[in-house]
Amino acid sequence: MPREVTLKVGVGKNLKERIVEIPDNAPRPWDGSDDLKYVGKRVPRVDGRDKTSGRAKFTFDIQLPGMLHAKFLRSKYPAAVIRKIDTSKAIKYPGVKAILSVQDKLPLIVRFAGQEILAVAAETAHQAAEALKLIEVTYDVRKFVVDKDLAKEKNAPTVFNTQVEEKLTEGDLPGEHSEVTQKGNVRGPNISPKDATPEKIDAALASSFAVVEATYRTQVQTHSAMETHGVVVDWTAEDKLKCWASTQAVFAVRDELAGSFKLPKSNVRIITKHMGGGFGAKFGVGIYGVMAAKLAREAKAPVRLMLDRKEEHLCVGNRPDSVQSLKIGADNDGKLTGIKLISYGTAGTGTGAGTSGPAKNIYEYDHFYSEESDVFTNAGPGAAFRAPGHPQGAFALEQAIDELAYKLKIDPLEFRKINTPNNEIRQAQLKIAAEKSGWARRNPNPGADKGPIKRGIGIANSVWYYFYGRNFQVSTQVNNDGTVKVTNGVQDLGTGITTVIVTIAAEELGLKPSDIQVSIGDSEYGYGPASGGSVTTGGLSPAVRDSAYAAKMKMFEIAAPMLETTADKLAAADGKIFIKENPDKSLSWKQVAKKIPGDNFIAIGERKEDYHKLDIGTIHGVQIIEVAVDTETGVVKAERVYAVHDCGRPMDLLTTESQINGGIIQGISYALFEDRILDRNTGIMVNSNMEQYKIAGALDTPEIESVVLNVHYGQSSTGAIGIGEPATVATAGAVGNAIFHATGVRVRELPMTPDKVLIALEAMKGASS
Amino acid sequence: MNKFEYGIAKNIEGAFDFLKEPDSKIKAGGIDVLDLMKEGLEAPKRLVNIRSVPDLRFINKGENGELRIGATTTLAEIESSKTIKAAYPALAQAAATIATPQIRNVATIGGNLCQRPRCWYFRSEDFHCLRNGGDTCFAEDGENRFHAILGNEDDCVVVHPSGTAVALMALGARLVIAKNKEKRELALADFWVTPEDDVTKENILQHGELITEIILPKPRQNESSFYFKQQEKQSFDWPIADVAVSLKLKGKQCEDARIVLGSAAPIPWRVKAAEQVLQGKPISIKLAKQAADAAMKDAKPLSENAYKVAVFKAVIYRTICWAAGVDPFAT
Ligand SMILES: Cc1cc2nc3c(=O)[nH]c(=O)nc-3n(C[C@H](O)[C@H](O)[C@H](O)COP(=O)(O)OP(=O)(O)OC[C@H]3O[C@@H](n4cnc5c(N)ncnc54)[C@H](O)[C@@H]3O)c2cc1C
Repeated sequence: MPREVTLKVGVGKNLKERIVEIPDNAPRPWDGSDDLKYVGKRVPRVDGRDKTSGRAKFTFDIQLPGMLHAKFLRSKYPAAVIRKIDTSKAIKYPGVKAILSVQDKLPLIVRFAGQEILAVAAETAHQAAEALKLIEVTYDVRKFVVDKDLAKEKNAPTVFNTQVEEKLTEGDLPGEHSEVTQKGNVRGPNISPKDATPEKIDAALASSFAVVEATYRTQVQTHSAMETHGVVVDWTAEDKLKCWASTQAVFAVRDELAGSFKLPKSNVRIITKHMGGGFGAKFGVGIYGVMAAKLAREAKAPVRLMLDRKEEHLCVGNRPDSVQSLKIGADNDGKLTGIKLISYGTAGTGTGAGTSGPAKNIYEYDHFYSEESDVFTNAGPGAAFRAPGHPQGAFALEQAIDELAYKLKIDPLEFRKINTPNNEIRQAQLKIAAEKSGWARRNPNPGADKGPIKRGIGIANSVWYYFYGRNFQVSTQVNNDGTVKVTNGVQDLGTGITTVIVTIAAEELGLKPSDIQVSIGDSEYGYGPASGGSVTTGGLSPAVRDSAYAAKMKMFEIAAPMLETTADKLAAADGKIFIKENPDKSLSWKQVAKKIPGDNFIAIGERKEDYHKLDIGTIHGVQIIEVAVDTETGVVKAERVYAVHDCGRPMDLLTTESQINGGIIQGISYALFEDRILDRNTGIMVNSNMEQYKIAGALDTPEIESVVLNVHYGQSSTGAIGIGEPATVATAGAVGNAIFHATGVRVRELPMTPDKVLIALEAMKGASS
Repeated sequence: MNKFEYGIAKNIEGAFDFLKEPDSKIKAGGIDVLDLMKEGLEAPKRLVNIRSVPDLRFINKGENGELRIGATTTLAEIESSKTIKAAYPALAQAAATIATPQIRNVATIGGNLCQRPRCWYFRSEDFHCLRNGGDTCFAEDGENRFHAILGNEDDCVVVHPSGTAVALMALGARLVIAKNKEKRELALADFWVTPEDDVTKENILQHGELITEIILPKPRQNESSFYFKQQEKQSFDWPIADVAVSLKLKGKQCEDARIVLGSAAPIPWRVKAAEQVLQGKPISIKLAKQAADAAMKDAKPLSENAYKVAVFKAVIYRTICWAAGVDPFAT
């Protein structure tokens, strides 16, 4: 029987009543009138100590008796056909137990330098590495292309001779699958909206009061998670597989392994107790997982196959690059008229270089046209990467928006307000951001500072979407000594779902976070989400709460006769179960637990459809960034960031802020440093390490002040929405705008390294003299 | 990495004994040598640890007011030495800005001088470049953003990586090189080997030779020095330009100058033309900029690194100013 509840919903303190229909056995959703004890407050990471002390065991740390070490032989050429592989010497090398090719039959077509050819398992990692040196591969070397612009040319060597099917993972935006043509190395264009034409948008823009047109370029960024990809596999019986995996999708890895080896799902167990990050590149089992399992079967011993840092850069994913030509217009009161975006990029041998998300989904205007293409090159395949397409898209769009604002002589923050009139959340965020950052003190004139080091302040908007998944199963077990354990198969990508689970269960059960134990990261537990699309918290948290709520109801049933009342009259708080109307009549949680029949009970919570669709389906955010630009060396430092984001109702504020901090730091790193550099003459990556592939470090991290704007939707029992991805979308665009404000010069290419900054400054000097 | 024997020397003689094996290699802090072995670029049969030799680790005042630094003194010890900070600030500054605190706790000054270039082609087993005995320089027509702008006409376009070398050259340091019972002294300026002379080496050391000491002359009257390393990012980045300046001053008047550039050429690069600009004149921002222009007059950037010329100009004039106590940003 569904029932109706009246909730306070809305943005921040601006709340309205809304009637929401919920199932009879579900808790009243948390809404704007609830001030909760733990939820939305700062609960320290429950696995923090284990991680900082080294007690936490990652896949990388797993050691099994008799375990072998496996390594790949990878192609040193970006394009080749392999017709012969001689392993006769390698198989005789001491300690070598198995050698398997990735493809049963030759020829093997190589499409990028680093592509896997075969794998060796040996008793030690050293033996495996030495054995690899003894393998003789006969390459028939082909012409290659690693430059996407050259790849588009008519006579370019083609990477694929067949039509390429787009492969989507949980990290990609749903519904992006599209029918597109493929010609040479170009797959596309994908035109949006379907019935749009360039003529129509050009006509609309031609009649605009002001138009800005420019081309922006972004680079390839590799995921560079701290823990590399990899597995430890153990055949515990002929048809039973146990696998420790560094993955962000325990259940997908199980399904893929079960599929590859034709095993029932229940015979495959995946364990991910701790993992060191994925950022979108760790959804499947990967060739490495399948090969490790094959080697283990062949050698009849457990096998560990962890990639090294170089392989990590080459083979297991990256954020595709892009060239985006944007044309946007506005009328004389600053209202956007339309956006035209022509974009292409390369995901190497993969797909997914689209960038139109921000252009489509941030601002309000009448006319839109986009054309997006993938260009195949002989480079490692792209993969979903923290808000796929969006940091790229926002870098271009948010600079173009800024340019248009300056052209119209409208304050850039004001211009963003004018063009999001119907989005209450954006309006609120822009207001908070302006106050926090003291936007008003900002000199409206760019390049106003004297001296060679100039400071500037830039702003950019973010956008992401609300996804949550369905049917997750969370169980709460209460034992008769009062201890509580919450269980679900989900992995903690590092974003803090473990802490979120504890926070919610403690809140609902009236216990302390330290009273709650959590078990996650195991495919033998209830179904949990893949951590992609920022779904984990929004997806799982209602099931956690509902399961804790069901457990609480059971406890109330046991307590009711003890307190001579009925279950519906009871409440739980501060470790006690008491009568709502008469809190002095109470029992401790433990006293009630003692009466649990048998030993324990388990209550299940399931993630169902949301109670209603959100009025606004997007997640927002705005970042204001202060930079210092050394105009003589071209070196840019991000000094301060003010970030305002929303994620429905935040569950644990500490881990939420940590996601925002991480998103910003990764965004700064993308804006200023990271760049996968392929040697133009050989197609080999020259900076496949952590020294020359530059990533922001502690000293490059700006001061970050963040505000999480509470938005109450009442759409689920917790009202939570994700934050991992939106936090990184705005950063590079805001840095670009800050550089402009500092210097009066647009740097339209990432990363904004000294060479590019100096060239842009030179060009301006040239133009003005 | 190959398998190797590991000799732990207890004293200097012990080190020479271990080095009798022709296919042996000295290991001090091991930061560089182990990296090279992991990448498969070095595969010695024996590694000779000299960090275990107490007699090589000291900072002592010598005769005539000179300072003697043992070769295995760590960068951390150098950056925190009061004596060095007071009398040879450029060296302390150079040591303090290298890599990370963890690395500086292990890396030695001798090893820092003898480390091999960081060119990404040279450092990768995927490329068999000139410096590794191959027949191509991949950087010349390849990815050369971080490569040489000076002294780059003889095929190999690496830059010398050592930060302490730049400071030590500006301070007029000498080395003591020993082999068994023999010992010789050499100006650090004469230690380097250009690609023209031998593209596979960066210095004149022969197998079995050991740097035992670095000698810094007594600071001249009114000598002041400064080292500055310009990085793209602030956390453990290599320099895109580093500069050491030592000046003998009379008031603001420059009586003598030494200016040395790092990350500019295959060896630490002294720019006499720039020094001459300063000679006998009072240091001002304007004069320092003229010196910087003179330093870059012969620069021949490659396809991707023209920006380095501008960066060097900025870093040179600023470092001259800092050495002279002039605020380079004064308006
Ligand atoms: C992330 C990172 C960043 C870095 N940044 C910088 C930087 O900015 N600037 C900079 O200058 N360096 C930098 N370094 C390099 C580092 O400083 C050097 O690798 C280190 O100083 C080498 O010293 P070591 O004692 O470990 O030498 P080792 O690795 O032990 O030896 C290096 C070489 O010197 C030889 N050798 C050592 N001692 C002697 C001796 N007494 N006599 C003769 N030969 C000897 C060895 O045989 C070997 O060939 C960086 C390193 C890393 C990893």
